[in-house]
Amino acid sequence: MAESDVKVLGSWPSPFVLRARIALHLKSVNYEYIEENLLESKSELLLKSNPVYKKVPVLIHGDKPICESLIIVQYIDEVWSSAPSILPSDAYERANSRFWAAYVDDKWFPALRGVLVAESEDAKKATIAQVEEGLVLLEEEFRKLSKGKAFFDGDNIGYLDITIGCFLVWIEVIEKFSEIKLLNETKTPCLLEWADSFSSHAAVKDVLPEADKLAEFSVKLRAKFLKARATSK
Amino acid sequence: MDENDVKVKVLGSWSSPFVMRAMIALNIKSVNYEYLEERLWEGKSELLLKSNPVHKKIPVLIHGDKPICESLVIVQYIDEVWSSTPSILPSDPHERATDRFWAAYLDEKWFPSMRTIAIAQGEDARKAAIAQLEEGLVLLEEAFGKCSKGKPFFGGDQIGYLDIAFGCFLGWLRVTEKMSVINLLGEAKTPALLKWAHRFCSDAYVKDVMPETEKLAGFGKMIMAKLRGAAPPKS
Repeated sequence: MAESDVKVLGSWPSPFVLRARIALHLKSVNYEYIEENLLESKSELLLKSNPVYKKVPVLIHGDKPICESLIIVQYIDEVWSSAPSILPSDAYERANSRFWAAYVDDKWFPALRGVLVAESEDAKKATIAQVEEGLVLLEEEFRKLSKGKAFFDGDNIGYLDITIGCFLVWIEVIEKFSEIKLLNETKTPCLLEWADSFSSHAAVKDVLPEADKLAEFSVKLRAKFLKARATSK
Repeated sequence: MDENDVKVKVLGSWSSPFVMRAMIALNIKSVNYEYLEERLWEGKSELLLKSNPVHKKIPVLIHGDKPICESLVIVQYIDEVWSSTPSILPSDPHERATDRFWAAYLDEKWFPSMRTIAIAQGEDARKAAIAQLEEGLVLLEEAFGKCSKGKPFFGGDQIGYLDIAFGCFLGWLRVTEKMSVINLLGEAKTPALLKWAHRFCSDAYVKDVMPETEKLAGFGKMIMAKLRGAAPPKS
Protein backbone atom coordinates (compact mmCIF):
# COMPACT_ATOMS: atom_id res chain seq x y z
CA MET A 1 0.00 0.00 0.00
CA ALA A 2 1.33 3.46 -0.92
CA GLU A 3 2.89 5.50 1.90
CA SER A 4 0.37 8.30 1.46
CA ASP A 5 -2.40 5.87 2.39
CA VAL A 6 -1.20 5.90 6.00
CA LYS A 7 -0.55 9.16 7.82
CA VAL A 8 0.20 9.93 11.43
CA LEU A 9 -0.57 13.37 12.82
CA GLY A 10 1.78 13.76 15.72
CA SER A 11 4.01 15.89 17.82
CA TRP A 12 7.60 14.98 18.73
CA PRO A 13 7.28 15.40 22.54
CA SER A 14 4.11 13.30 22.79
CA PRO A 15 4.51 9.84 24.32
CA PHE A 16 1.08 8.90 22.93
CA VAL A 17 2.20 9.59 19.37
CA LEU A 18 5.20 7.29 19.97
CA ARG A 19 2.82 4.42 20.62
CA ALA A 20 1.28 4.74 17.15
CA ARG A 21 4.65 5.08 15.43
CA ILE A 22 6.26 2.13 17.24
CA ALA A 23 3.28 -0.07 16.33
CA LEU A 24 3.58 0.89 12.66
CA HIS A 25 7.34 0.22 12.73
CA LEU A 26 6.79 -3.22 14.24
CA LYS A 27 4.46 -4.02 11.36
CA SER A 28 6.86 -2.53 8.79
CA VAL A 29 4.14 -0.18 7.56
CA ASN A 30 5.32 2.88 5.63
CA TYR A 31 3.56 6.09 6.60
CA GLU A 32 3.74 9.84 6.21
CA TYR A 33 4.44 11.63 9.47
CA ILE A 34 2.92 15.10 9.85
CA GLU A 35 4.18 17.25 12.72
CA GLU A 36 1.74 19.38 14.73
CA ASN A 37 3.17 22.13 16.88
CA LEU A 38 1.45 21.67 20.25
CA LEU A 39 2.46 25.09 21.54
CA GLU A 40 0.83 26.85 18.58
CA SER A 41 -2.62 26.62 17.05
CA LYS A 42 -3.98 23.36 15.63
CA SER A 43 -4.01 22.51 11.93
CA GLU A 44 -7.19 22.20 9.84
CA LEU A 45 -6.41 18.54 9.25
CA LEU A 46 -6.19 17.83 12.98
CA LEU A 47 -9.42 19.69 13.76
CA LYS A 48 -11.19 17.84 10.95
CA SER A 49 -9.77 14.41 11.84
CA ASN A 50 -10.30 14.60 15.59
CA PRO A 51 -13.17 17.05 16.14
CA VAL A 52 -14.08 15.59 19.55
CA TYR A 53 -10.69 15.96 21.29
CA LYS A 54 -8.57 17.92 18.77
CA LYS A 55 -5.52 15.94 19.98
CA VAL A 56 -2.64 13.91 18.59
CA PRO A 57 -2.00 11.17 17.67
CA VAL A 58 -4.42 10.62 14.81
CA LEU A 59 -3.88 7.77 12.39
CA ILE A 60 -5.36 8.45 8.97
CA HIS A 61 -5.77 5.23 6.97
CA GLY A 62 -7.00 6.03 3.47
CA ASP A 63 -9.62 8.63 4.36
CA LYS A 64 -10.52 7.18 7.77
CA PRO A 65 -9.21 8.84 10.94
CA ILE A 66 -8.58 6.73 14.05
CA CYS A 67 -8.05 8.54 17.36
CA GLU A 68 -6.83 7.68 20.88
CA SER A 69 -3.39 6.05 21.04
CA LEU A 70 -4.35 2.65 22.49
CA ILE A 71 -7.24 2.34 20.06
CA ILE A 72 -4.82 3.16 17.24
CA VAL A 73 -2.37 0.47 18.39
CA GLN A 74 -5.13 -2.16 18.50
CA TYR A 75 -6.37 -1.04 15.07
CA ILE A 76 -2.85 -1.39 13.63
CA ASP A 77 -2.53 -4.86 15.17
CA GLU A 78 -5.87 -5.94 13.66
CA VAL A 79 -5.44 -4.47 10.18
CA TRP A 80 -1.84 -5.59 9.62
CA SER A 81 -2.51 -8.96 11.17
CA SER A 82 0.17 -11.05 9.45
CA ALA A 83 3.25 -9.31 10.84
CA PRO A 84 4.38 -9.83 14.53
CA SER A 85 1.38 -9.70 16.94
CA ILE A 86 1.25 -6.75 19.29
CA LEU A 87 -1.47 -8.02 21.62
CA PRO A 88 -1.06 -11.52 23.12
CA SER A 89 -3.08 -14.30 21.49
CA ASP A 90 -4.52 -15.69 24.75
CA ALA A 91 -7.78 -13.97 25.80
CA TYR A 92 -6.84 -13.76 29.48
CA GLU A 93 -3.37 -12.37 28.73
CA ARG A 94 -5.03 -9.83 26.42
CA ALA A 95 -7.42 -8.79 29.18
CA ASN A 96 -4.46 -8.45 31.56
CA SER A 97 -2.54 -6.26 29.07
CA ARG A 98 -5.60 -4.07 28.55
CA PHE A 99 -6.12 -3.80 32.31
CA TRP A 100 -2.57 -2.56 32.93
CA ALA A 101 -2.70 -0.23 29.92
CA ALA A 102 -5.84 1.34 31.40
CA TYR A 103 -4.09 1.62 34.79
CA VAL A 104 -1.13 3.39 33.16
CA ASP A 105 -3.34 5.91 31.35
CA ASP A 106 -5.98 6.46 34.06
CA LYS A 107 -3.84 6.42 37.22
CA TRP A 108 -0.09 6.39 36.62
CA PHE A 109 0.37 8.92 33.80
CA PRO A 110 -1.69 11.65 35.52
CA ALA A 111 0.65 11.29 38.53
CA LEU A 112 3.71 11.56 36.25
CA ARG A 113 2.30 14.67 34.63
CA GLY A 114 1.45 15.92 38.11
CA VAL A 115 5.14 15.93 39.08
CA LEU A 116 5.90 18.25 36.18
CA VAL A 117 3.19 20.76 37.02
CA ALA A 118 3.22 20.55 40.82
CA GLU A 119 3.27 24.02 42.35
CA SER A 120 4.41 23.26 45.89
CA GLU A 121 7.12 20.97 47.33
CA ASP A 122 4.42 19.00 49.16
CA ALA A 123 2.36 18.48 46.00
CA LYS A 124 5.52 17.40 44.17
CA LYS A 125 6.44 14.89 46.91
CA ALA A 126 2.92 13.46 46.90
CA THR A 127 2.84 12.92 43.13
CA ILE A 128 6.37 11.47 43.11
CA ALA A 129 5.24 8.94 45.75
CA GLN A 130 2.29 7.99 43.53
CA VAL A 131 4.55 7.53 40.51
CA GLU A 132 6.94 5.36 42.54
CA GLU A 133 4.10 3.22 43.91
CA GLY A 134 2.90 2.64 40.36
CA LEU A 135 6.38 1.67 39.18
CA VAL A 136 6.63 -0.92 41.97
CA LEU A 137 3.33 -2.46 40.78
CA LEU A 138 4.61 -2.45 37.20
CA GLU A 139 7.93 -4.03 38.29
CA GLU A 140 5.94 -6.85 39.90
CA GLU A 141 3.81 -7.28 36.80
CA PHE A 142 6.91 -7.31 34.61
CA ARG A 143 8.42 -10.16 36.62
CA LYS A 144 5.18 -12.17 36.28
CA LEU A 145 4.64 -11.57 32.57
CA SER A 146 8.15 -11.56 31.12
CA LYS A 147 9.09 -14.90 32.74
CA GLY A 148 12.77 -13.97 32.61
CA LYS A 149 12.70 -12.60 29.07
CA ALA A 150 13.52 -9.10 27.88
CA PHE A 151 10.04 -7.59 27.47
CA PHE A 152 6.61 -7.60 29.16
CA ASP A 153 5.49 -9.62 26.17
CA GLY A 154 8.43 -12.07 26.29
CA ASP A 155 10.97 -12.16 23.48
CA ASN A 156 9.31 -9.40 21.51
CA ILE A 157 7.91 -5.94 22.18
CA GLY A 158 4.16 -6.06 22.76
CA TYR A 159 1.19 -3.95 23.85
CA LEU A 160 2.27 -3.31 27.40
CA ASP A 161 5.89 -2.56 26.41
CA ILE A 162 4.61 0.08 23.97
CA THR A 163 2.07 1.48 26.44
CA ILE A 164 4.67 2.07 29.18
CA GLY A 165 7.88 2.43 27.18
CA CYS A 166 6.63 5.56 25.42
CA PHE A 167 7.10 7.45 28.72
CA LEU A 168 10.78 6.55 29.25
CA VAL A 169 12.32 9.81 28.05
CA TRP A 170 9.73 11.78 30.03
CA ILE A 171 10.73 9.73 33.09
CA GLU A 172 14.36 10.71 32.42
CA VAL A 173 13.39 14.41 32.17
CA ILE A 174 11.36 14.28 35.37
CA GLU A 175 14.20 12.46 37.18
CA LYS A 176 16.51 15.36 36.29
CA PHE A 177 13.90 17.98 37.18
CA SER A 178 13.08 16.47 40.60
CA GLU A 179 16.57 15.10 41.36
CA ILE A 180 15.30 11.61 42.09
CA LYS A 181 15.79 8.24 40.42
CA LEU A 182 12.30 6.90 39.62
CA LEU A 183 13.72 3.78 37.95
CA ASN A 184 16.44 2.39 40.21
CA GLU A 185 18.39 -0.75 41.18
CA THR A 186 16.72 -1.00 44.58
CA LYS A 187 13.00 -0.89 43.77
CA THR A 188 12.77 -1.46 40.01
CA PRO A 189 15.83 -3.42 38.83
CA CYS A 190 13.93 -5.33 36.13
CA LEU A 191 12.28 -2.20 34.74
CA LEU A 192 15.68 -0.47 34.67
CA GLU A 193 17.05 -3.22 32.45
CA TRP A 194 13.85 -3.37 30.38
CA ALA A 195 14.12 0.39 29.78
CA ASP A 196 17.47 -0.14 28.04
CA SER A 197 16.19 -3.04 25.94
CA PHE A 198 13.11 -1.08 24.91
CA SER A 199 14.91 2.16 24.08
CA SER A 200 17.48 0.42 21.90
CA HIS A 201 14.95 -1.70 19.98
CA ALA A 202 14.96 -1.15 16.22
CA ALA A 203 11.29 -0.15 16.14
CA VAL A 204 11.80 2.41 18.90
CA LYS A 205 15.20 4.10 18.89
CA ASP A 206 14.73 6.38 15.89
CA VAL A 207 11.55 7.97 17.20
CA LEU A 208 12.48 8.59 20.82
CA PRO A 209 12.97 12.30 21.48
CA GLU A 210 16.34 13.50 22.81
CA ALA A 211 16.29 14.00 26.57
CA ASP A 212 17.86 17.51 26.42
CA LYS A 213 15.42 18.71 23.82
CA LEU A 214 12.51 17.26 25.81
CA ALA A 215 13.79 18.86 29.02
CA GLU A 216 13.79 22.27 27.29
CA PHE A 217 10.27 21.63 26.01
CA SER A 218 9.06 20.54 29.45
CA VAL A 219 10.02 23.93 30.90
CA LYS A 220 7.83 25.66 28.29
CA LEU A 221 5.02 23.16 28.83
CA ARG A 222 5.07 23.66 32.60
CA ALA A 223 5.00 27.46 32.15
CA LYS A 224 2.07 27.21 29.74
CA PHE A 225 0.16 24.92 32.08
CA LEU A 226 0.73 27.06 35.18
CA LYS A 227 -0.32 30.18 33.30
CA ALA A 228 -3.54 28.49 32.14
CA ARG A 229 -4.23 27.30 35.69
CA ALA A 230 -3.66 30.83 37.07
CA THR A 231 -5.96 32.51 34.56
CA SER A 232 -8.77 29.96 35.02
CA LYS A 233 -8.99 30.57 38.79
CA MET B 1 -12.26 -28.02 27.97
CA ASP B 2 -15.71 -26.72 27.20
CA GLU B 3 -15.87 -23.12 28.40
CA ASN B 4 -19.30 -23.87 29.85
CA ASP B 5 -17.76 -26.30 32.35
CA VAL B 6 -15.76 -23.60 34.08
CA LYS B 7 -17.51 -21.58 36.80
CA VAL B 8 -18.24 -17.92 36.13
CA LYS B 9 -18.90 -15.37 38.88
CA VAL B 10 -19.64 -11.66 38.74
CA LEU B 11 -18.85 -9.46 41.75
CA GLY B 12 -21.17 -6.48 41.43
CA SER B 13 -23.59 -3.97 42.79
CA TRP B 14 -27.19 -3.63 41.52
CA SER B 15 -26.85 0.12 41.04
CA SER B 16 -23.63 0.06 39.03
CA PRO B 17 -23.87 0.72 35.29
CA PHE B 18 -20.43 -0.82 34.86
CA VAL B 19 -21.56 -4.11 36.40
CA MET B 20 -24.53 -4.12 34.00
CA ARG B 21 -22.11 -4.18 31.09
CA ALA B 22 -20.61 -7.48 32.25
CA MET B 23 -24.01 -9.07 32.87
CA ILE B 24 -25.49 -8.01 29.52
CA ALA B 25 -22.45 -9.45 27.73
CA LEU B 26 -22.79 -12.77 29.58
CA ASN B 27 -26.52 -12.83 28.77
CA ILE B 28 -25.83 -12.29 25.07
CA LYS B 29 -23.50 -15.29 25.15
CA SER B 30 -25.99 -17.40 27.20
CA VAL B 31 -23.33 -17.96 29.85
CA ASN B 32 -24.56 -19.08 33.25
CA TYR B 33 -22.98 -17.17 36.09
CA GLU B 34 -23.23 -16.67 39.82
CA TYR B 35 -23.89 -13.08 40.82
CA LEU B 36 -22.40 -11.90 44.11
CA GLU B 37 -23.70 -8.58 45.45
CA GLU B 38 -21.17 -6.28 47.10
CA ARG B 39 -22.66 -3.93 49.66
CA LEU B 40 -20.31 -1.10 48.83
CA TRP B 41 -21.33 1.20 51.66
CA GLU B 42 -20.75 -1.51 54.24
CA GLY B 43 -17.14 -2.32 53.39
CA LYS B 44 -15.60 -4.43 50.64
CA SER B 45 -15.55 -8.23 50.77
CA GLU B 46 -12.37 -10.31 51.07
CA LEU B 47 -13.06 -11.77 47.65
CA LEU B 48 -13.25 -8.30 46.05
CA LEU B 49 -10.05 -7.09 47.72
CA LYS B 50 -8.27 -10.28 46.64
CA SER B 51 -9.62 -10.25 43.06
CA ASN B 52 -9.05 -6.57 42.35
CA PRO B 53 -6.21 -5.45 44.64
CA VAL B 54 -5.23 -2.52 42.38
CA HIS B 55 -8.59 -0.70 42.21
CA LYS B 56 -10.77 -2.61 44.74
CA LYS B 57 -13.76 -1.92 42.47
CA ILE B 58 -16.62 -3.78 40.85
CA PRO B 59 -17.34 -5.32 38.42
CA VAL B 60 -14.96 -8.25 38.64
CA LEU B 61 -15.51 -11.27 36.44
CA ILE B 62 -14.08 -14.44 37.94
CA HIS B 63 -13.64 -17.13 35.29
CA GLY B 64 -12.55 -20.33 37.01
CA ASP B 65 -9.87 -18.88 39.28
CA LYS B 66 -8.93 -15.96 37.02
CA PRO B 67 -10.18 -12.45 37.89
CA ILE B 68 -10.76 -9.95 35.09
CA CYS B 69 -11.31 -6.29 36.03
CA GLU B 70 -12.48 -3.08 34.31
CA SER B 71 -15.90 -3.33 32.66
CA LEU B 72 -14.86 -2.73 29.04
CA VAL B 73 -11.94 -5.16 29.40
CA ILE B 74 -14.42 -7.70 30.79
CA VAL B 75 -16.86 -7.24 27.88
CA GLN B 76 -14.07 -7.76 25.33
CA TYR B 77 -12.83 -10.81 27.25
CA ILE B 78 -16.35 -12.33 27.23
CA ASP B 79 -16.64 -11.67 23.49
CA GLU B 80 -13.31 -13.36 22.81
CA VAL B 81 -13.68 -16.39 25.09
CA TRP B 82 -17.26 -17.29 24.10
CA SER B 83 -16.54 -16.65 20.47
CA SER B 84 -19.01 -19.01 18.80
CA THR B 85 -22.21 -17.22 19.85
CA PRO B 86 -23.37 -13.72 18.66
CA SER B 87 -20.45 -11.26 18.35
CA ILE B 88 -20.43 -8.23 20.61
CA LEU B 89 -17.72 -6.24 18.82
CA PRO B 90 -18.01 -5.76 15.05
CA SER B 91 -15.59 -7.70 12.88
CA ASP B 92 -14.35 -4.71 10.83
CA PRO B 93 -11.27 -3.09 12.46
CA HIS B 94 -12.39 0.46 11.73
CA GLU B 95 -15.84 -0.17 13.18
CA ARG B 96 -14.17 -1.72 16.24
CA ALA B 97 -11.97 1.36 16.61
CA THR B 98 -15.05 3.61 16.35
CA ASP B 99 -16.93 1.61 19.01
CA ARG B 100 -13.90 1.71 21.31
CA PHE B 101 -13.50 5.45 20.74
CA TRP B 102 -17.08 6.24 21.79
CA ALA B 103 -16.94 3.83 24.74
CA ALA B 104 -13.80 5.62 25.98
CA TYR B 105 -15.50 9.00 25.43
CA LEU B 106 -18.47 7.87 27.52
CA ASP B 107 -16.26 6.74 30.38
CA GLU B 108 -13.73 9.58 30.35
CA LYS B 109 -15.86 12.61 29.46
CA TRP B 110 -19.60 11.98 29.37
CA PHE B 111 -20.43 9.96 32.49
CA PRO B 112 -18.16 12.08 34.73
CA SER B 113 -20.30 15.12 33.70
CA MET B 114 -23.38 13.30 34.95
CA ARG B 115 -21.78 12.70 38.34
CA THR B 116 -20.72 16.34 38.45
CA ILE B 117 -24.36 17.43 38.21
CA ALA B 118 -25.15 15.58 41.43
CA ILE B 119 -22.38 17.20 43.46
CA ALA B 120 -22.06 20.54 41.65
CA GLN B 121 -21.68 23.50 44.01
CA GLY B 122 -23.82 26.34 42.75
CA GLU B 123 -26.19 26.87 39.84
CA ASP B 124 -23.43 27.85 37.36
CA ALA B 125 -21.47 24.65 37.90
CA ARG B 126 -24.66 22.61 37.58
CA LYS B 127 -25.68 24.32 34.35
CA ALA B 128 -22.19 23.82 32.88
CA ALA B 129 -22.29 20.09 33.67
CA ILE B 130 -25.76 19.76 32.14
CA ALA B 131 -24.57 21.57 29.00
CA GLN B 132 -21.65 19.13 28.67
CA LEU B 133 -23.99 16.19 28.99
CA GLU B 134 -26.30 17.60 26.33
CA GLU B 135 -23.41 18.33 23.96
CA GLY B 136 -22.24 14.76 24.39
CA LEU B 137 -25.71 13.41 23.59
CA VAL B 138 -25.77 15.38 20.33
CA LEU B 139 -22.42 13.82 19.38
CA LEU B 140 -23.77 10.38 20.28
CA GLU B 141 -26.96 10.98 18.25
CA GLU B 142 -24.72 11.63 15.25
CA ALA B 143 -22.59 8.57 16.02
CA PHE B 144 -25.75 6.47 16.24
CA GLY B 145 -26.77 7.55 12.75
CA LYS B 146 -23.38 6.51 11.35
CA CYS B 147 -22.98 3.24 13.31
CA SER B 148 -26.53 1.86 13.07
CA LYS B 149 -26.96 2.61 9.33
CA GLY B 150 -30.74 2.63 9.74
CA LYS B 151 -30.88 -0.44 11.99
CA PRO B 152 -32.24 -0.55 15.55
CA PHE B 153 -28.94 -0.59 17.48
CA PHE B 154 -25.40 0.85 17.34
CA GLY B 155 -24.42 -2.76 16.69
CA GLY B 156 -26.96 -3.14 13.85
CA ASP B 157 -29.73 -5.71 14.18
CA GLN B 158 -28.56 -6.78 17.63
CA ILE B 159 -27.11 -5.14 20.70
CA GLY B 160 -23.34 -4.64 20.37
CA TYR B 161 -20.39 -3.15 22.23
CA LEU B 162 -21.42 0.48 22.01
CA ASP B 163 -25.05 -0.27 22.86
CA ILE B 164 -23.79 -1.98 26.03
CA ALA B 165 -21.22 0.72 26.83
CA PHE B 166 -23.79 3.52 26.51
CA GLY B 167 -27.07 1.80 27.41
CA CYS B 168 -25.87 0.86 30.88
CA PHE B 169 -26.08 4.58 31.79
CA LEU B 170 -29.77 4.94 30.88
CA GLY B 171 -31.00 4.22 34.41
CA TRP B 172 -28.85 6.99 35.88
CA LEU B 173 -29.72 9.25 32.94
CA ARG B 174 -33.42 8.92 33.80
CA VAL B 175 -32.68 9.59 37.48
CA THR B 176 -30.74 12.73 36.51
CA GLU B 177 -33.65 13.91 34.33
CA LYS B 178 -36.04 13.35 37.24
CA MET B 179 -33.92 14.96 39.94
CA SER B 180 -32.80 17.95 37.88
CA VAL B 181 -36.19 18.32 36.18
CA ILE B 182 -34.72 18.41 32.68
CA ASN B 183 -35.11 16.43 29.47
CA LEU B 184 -31.77 15.11 28.31
CA LEU B 185 -33.03 12.70 25.66
CA GLY B 186 -35.74 14.41 23.62
CA GLU B 187 -37.55 14.57 20.28
CA ALA B 188 -35.95 17.89 19.41
CA LYS B 189 -32.22 17.10 19.65
CA THR B 190 -31.91 13.32 20.08
CA PRO B 191 -34.91 11.65 18.41
CA ALA B 192 -33.01 8.54 17.31
CA LEU B 193 -31.43 8.01 20.73
CA LEU B 194 -34.82 8.43 22.40
CA LYS B 195 -36.19 5.50 20.38
CA TRP B 196 -33.00 3.49 20.81
CA ALA B 197 -33.20 3.92 24.60
CA HIS B 198 -36.65 2.31 24.70
CA ARG B 199 -35.52 -0.56 22.52
CA PHE B 200 -32.37 -1.11 24.59
CA CYS B 201 -34.15 -1.12 27.95
CA SER B 202 -36.78 -3.60 26.77
CA ASP B 203 -34.30 -5.92 25.09
CA ALA B 204 -34.32 -9.51 26.38
CA TYR B 205 -30.64 -9.38 27.37
CA VAL B 206 -31.07 -6.13 29.27
CA LYS B 207 -34.42 -5.88 30.99
CA ASP B 208 -33.73 -8.22 33.89
CA VAL B 209 -30.49 -6.46 34.84
CA MET B 210 -31.61 -2.83 34.36
CA PRO B 211 -32.51 -1.41 37.80
CA GLU B 212 -35.87 0.34 38.24
CA THR B 213 -35.61 4.12 37.98
CA GLU B 214 -37.51 4.67 41.26
CA LYS B 215 -35.19 2.39 43.21
CA LEU B 216 -32.14 4.02 41.60
CA ALA B 217 -33.51 7.52 42.37
CA GLY B 218 -33.91 6.62 46.04
CA PHE B 219 -30.37 5.26 46.10
CA GLY B 220 -29.11 8.40 44.33
CA LYS B 221 -30.66 10.67 46.95
CA MET B 222 -28.98 8.65 49.69
CA ILE B 223 -25.55 8.90 48.03
CA MET B 224 -25.93 12.64 47.47
CA ALA B 225 -26.81 13.14 51.11
CA LYS B 226 -23.74 11.15 52.16
CA LEU B 227 -21.46 13.01 49.71
CA ARG B 228 -22.68 16.39 50.87
CA GLY B 229 -22.53 15.51 54.56
CA ALA B 230 -19.27 13.55 54.45
CA ALA B 231 -15.79 14.95 54.98
CA PRO B 232 -13.77 15.52 51.77
CA PRO B 233 -12.62 12.07 50.58
CA LYS B 234 -8.92 11.19 50.38
CA SER B 235 -7.90 10.94 46.72
